[in-house]
Amino acid sequence: MGASGKTGSKEPGLRYPANGKTIFHRPLNRSKTSELSQASFAYLFSEMVSYAQKRVTGIQDLEKRLNLQGHPIGLKLLDLLLIREPVRSQARPLNIIALLHFIKGNLWTHLFGRQADRLEKSSNPETPDEYMIIDNEPLVNAYVSVPKEMSQLNCAAFVAGIVEGVCDGAAFPARVTAHTVGGKEEGEMWPGKTVFLVKFQPEVLEREALIGDRKS
Amino acid sequence: MSYYFAIIGTQDNPLFEYEFGTSKQGGDGQSRFTDQARHLNQFVLHSSLDIVEEIQWTSNQLYLKAIDKFFNNYISCFITGGNVKLLLLHQPLNPAGAAGGTTRNSTSIGANPTSPQTEEAIKNFFTEVYENYVKAIMSPFYKANMEIKSPVFRARVAAAGRKYL
Repeated sequence: MGASGKTGSKEPGLRYPANGKTIFHRPLNRSKTSELSQASFAYLFSEMVSYAQKRVTGIQDLEKRLNLQGHPIGLKLLDLLLIREPVRSQARPLNIIALLHFIKGNLWTHLFGRQADRLEKSSNPETPDEYMIIDNEPLVNAYVSVPKEMSQLNCAAFVAGIVEGVCDGAAFPARVTAHTVGGKEEGEMWPGKTVFLVKFQPEVLEREALIGDRKS
Repeated sequence: MSYYFAIIGTQDNPLFEYEFGTSKQGGDGQSRFTDQARHLNQFVLHSSLDIVEEIQWTSNQLYLKAIDKFFNNYISCFITGGNVKLLLLHQPLNPAGAAGGTTRNSTSIGANPTSPQTEEAIKNFFTEVYENYVKAIMSPFYKANMEIKSPVFRARVAAAGRKYL
């Protein structure tokens, strides 16, 4: 940052756009014209999937790549959504339930225009740290057809990456994976139903217990 | 009244640092830290990180007010959604509680670091820096915990400092 000696001229190697407006001049609040067509997103997403597919050999790796692509988006969305809320209601999520409601409501509405369908806690006593977000029809899978030999693949791993980014950013480290539960039989209402399994690390649960004790 | 502002990332690494003085009431915007004080400022600021991490779980507000005091230095904190801390260390020139201070300075932000006006001013400063920070991290080339090197960002923080503090 050694530009303090220069008198007002632009630094060498740093280019400014022609009309002088940097990204700092753009407004953060969403305007009506900033919506994107689903077709362009589907095109980009199909390219992302084939880009990842060329470089990996297995389904797990493919899902991992998509997950990694979504992770930084989640980190940025956390702050962006917080700043777009009206000032009175700006609050950081302090416990798991608040965080999951934020994801189910704000995040899903921002990404897909609707809330996630269901939020559940795992009823298995051996894994109290697992929560599930259920989406009947993930938007990203709308134009993706999975061949029979890769039937375990779910491209919503990308959205799982976004959710993982949000959780990690809010200091609730977690592993998020996407699983297809829609059956193939006739009469199934939502064949593409996807469950996002959110598994928090043990220190998150420890902290929840400590905070709970302190409050009561 | 001198200020030292730093943005600390999630790994306790500084992402951005800036030193300035008050521009109100005849101040010229230059900080009045001695050389020795400069080294100490970083230590004091980073040592208050422990307190921030404790307090952040008790309150869901983004702006935590003055959280720490070290002799003459007061530290205020604003925590972002992504757990990045914006810390401001302020040092009034007159020792707090000087009986012979002039009445002109007694209500200024400089002389009274814990008054509601100071808190309000610092809150406005933090809000403006937070907006610029979010704009800076929106860049697709910005990775988590990267240093913020943009000169435009620095200029904006300086302008916010001049406007509110």
